[in-house]
Amino acid sequence: MTDFRTPYPTYDVLDKWDTPSWNDQTRAAIGQRLREVPQRRFLSEEQWSLLQAIVDRLMPQPDREEPVPIVPWIDALLHHNHTPGYRYADMPPMREAWVNGLKAIGAEARNRHGALFEQLSADDQDELLRDVEHNRVESRYWGDLPAGGFFRHHLLKEVVGIYYSHPHAWSEIGYGGPASPRGYARLGPDERDPWEAEELDFEDADA
Amino acid sequence: MLDVAEPRAVDGRAPDVFRRGKWIPMRTYRDGDQVDFAIVGTGAGGGTLACKLAEAGFSVVAFDAGPFWRPLEDFVSDESWQSGLYWTDNRITGGADPVELGSNNSGRGVGGSTVHYTMIALRWRPEWFKAKSKLGYGRDWPIGFDELEPYYEEAEEALKISGPLRYPWGKRRKRYPYRAHPVNAPGLVMARGCERIGIKWSPIPLATLSAPRGMAHPCVYRGFCAYGCSTNAKQSVLVTFIPRAIAAGAEVRDLAMVGKVDIGNHGRATGLTYHRNGEWRHQKARHVVVSGYAIETPRLLLNSACSQFPDGLANENGLVGTHVMIHSGPGVWATMDEQVRQYKAPPCMAVTEHWNYDDSDSKDFHGGYAFMSQGPLPVGWAQAMSVQRGLWGMALRQEMTRYNHVVGLRIVGETEPQRHNRVEVADEKDQYGLRIPRMTFSYSENDRRLMKHSIGSMRSVLEAAGGKEIWVDDDTSHLMGGCRMGDDPGDSVVNKDGRSWSIPNLWVCDGSLFPTSGGVNPSLTIQALACRMGDRIAEMGQRGEL
Repeated sequence: MTDFRTPYPTYDVLDKWDTPSWNDQTRAAIGQRLREVPQRRFLSEEQWSLLQAIVDRLMPQPDREEPVPIVPWIDALLHHNHTPGYRYADMPPMREAWVNGLKAIGAEARNRHGALFEQLSADDQDELLRDVEHNRVESRYWGDLPAGGFFRHHLLKEVVGIYYSHPHAWSEIGYGGPASPRGYARLGPDERDPWEAEELDFEDADA
Repeated sequence: MLDVAEPRAVDGRAPDVFRRGKWIPMRTYRDGDQVDFAIVGTGAGGGTLACKLAEAGFSVVAFDAGPFWRPLEDFVSDESWQSGLYWTDNRITGGADPVELGSNNSGRGVGGSTVHYTMIALRWRPEWFKAKSKLGYGRDWPIGFDELEPYYEEAEEALKISGPLRYPWGKRRKRYPYRAHPVNAPGLVMARGCERIGIKWSPIPLATLSAPRGMAHPCVYRGFCAYGCSTNAKQSVLVTFIPRAIAAGAEVRDLAMVGKVDIGNHGRATGLTYHRNGEWRHQKARHVVVSGYAIETPRLLLNSACSQFPDGLANENGLVGTHVMIHSGPGVWATMDEQVRQYKAPPCMAVTEHWNYDDSDSKDFHGGYAFMSQGPLPVGWAQAMSVQRGLWGMALRQEMTRYNHVVGLRIVGETEPQRHNRVEVADEKDQYGLRIPRMTFSYSENDRRLMKHSIGSMRSVLEAAGGKEIWVDDDTSHLMGGCRMGDDPGDSVVNKDGRSWSIPNLWVCDGSLFPTSGGVNPSLTIQALACRMGDRIAEMGQRGEL
């Protein structure tokens, strides 16, 4: 599947920026997210390039001229070593997991195709990532790092979390977004406040 | 990310949580002042007890490792930004079923995890306090429901719980202080399913205001409850017991990480060693209460090992950190024809305790579970869809566009107390140089039967409600046990008043007291226990038994 269709083509959560749904601290925080995309500080250029290619498969955005940035925020997370507050007993510390996991994915690509991961076809990239997700990997490249654990608990979780923290992602799924001080008045099934996304049938959306 | 770098509760004042930029006067003590009670942690246990003890006339200093939030100014309407509300110091989680920690079951900051809890305020089933003798499983608590009932009422009154006229389960009770909230769409879908299969449901009694209270407005149904309430409708400890505690003369010391309970030559606690403003300090105290929840409380007792207590404090029988429990939490999800828009209003608004109160043979397990309607926001929902359901790429992006049609149910499922489910300290050190905790957890066979049964129950409710494309995820919630209370010094860490058997001026007051986990959210029971402890300590003080 390469096409993406949203039933909320007319909705932009950022239209609420100057309404009672957004307070000052929320405007400041989301404004920072939109304007201050961090520079590369932790990953090497090679690691960054590989991760970008992986992210393009995990969260593809061919419909966007300017994709929601994801790699810069992973780099920032690693730079600040912002861990989730725990690590599984069979996993190394967070930074180590990322560095070793990326290295192993690069090695899997070279071993299978004799090329950089970035150079593979989208189908080959997807197949490789699926294998990593399900631990179908060469143990010599992964050592003590559980491939599926790295894929799910670090790679996929962060990529997806960063994407769905962006207002563009909120808009395409019809999510109400920030809602303070004004919350919602209509709470029941099929009830919508005027400041919520209007859902269209895909046929209507295409028209 | 939400963060506060410097302590705010200093120089004789504390933040006024109800007014932007304003302060309230706060009594402060010097390290050398021997205060009556030094309390470690300001959540459901410690914050509530600090208030009770201060109002009883004791001098109290309550420590919290995290900041003193100003909800009206600090809290952003955003999942990611608010991750500063969680305890994210390093921890290791292992066992056959390692428990997700961090955002899942911890809080950092004054008010503890009540700042981001979902406000579910349910009483324990009365028989659970005597589970072994009345229901034939688990353990008996050293106190009974009748002893705790007035304190449930006290906690519900203090939090102005909004609840239904008649709650269908448990002992008949008087009316909740505030009226119930209107039930949101996910709750109404669950209600429809329950009615169609013939089981009872109820609006959930919630600790969020359905009418004004003082300077706090009623809930506006913004739906960010699990990420901090920016309107103060949520009756967290931060906006209820903490202001009361300060008004009664307690000091709250924010961004103050306690590293050790100090022990004197006579084998009694003499105070606390804590880290604040970049340096280690010592607070003298006549009594120490540890209220750090089921990981940090055992960790502090173990990290306080000294020549007199080489295995850690109150640990002569080796039980500190053992019998830690969680609530199992498989969820069942479905897509509805109608728009549900689960981001609106408190995430959990409908509950059934049918299987908490069913003692028939239809259950092939001991214990119980409740389940509630759910309301995940996009980051949490997308992470469940990807990490648990295995969706990524364009398939995930496309599936996420159906977010507004999704409805889900999740249990709060009882787990058995097992000795090998425990908290220990690892050799690895944290940023303070303190040994970090390692939690080990594995479900029992009974726990697994309970979860399997619950998945069938939730599935039948969602199918009856018209749900399609049903799928199941796996989650957990809450922490309990680790310093259980009991009647037998050989088989418990503290007595029924939370008082250590071996160090008479060392107390525990939080969820780690629980001998069993029950099948409802623990916060109201923790707060009822804290209210009771406050009264018990005041009585003991009057009798000269402290």
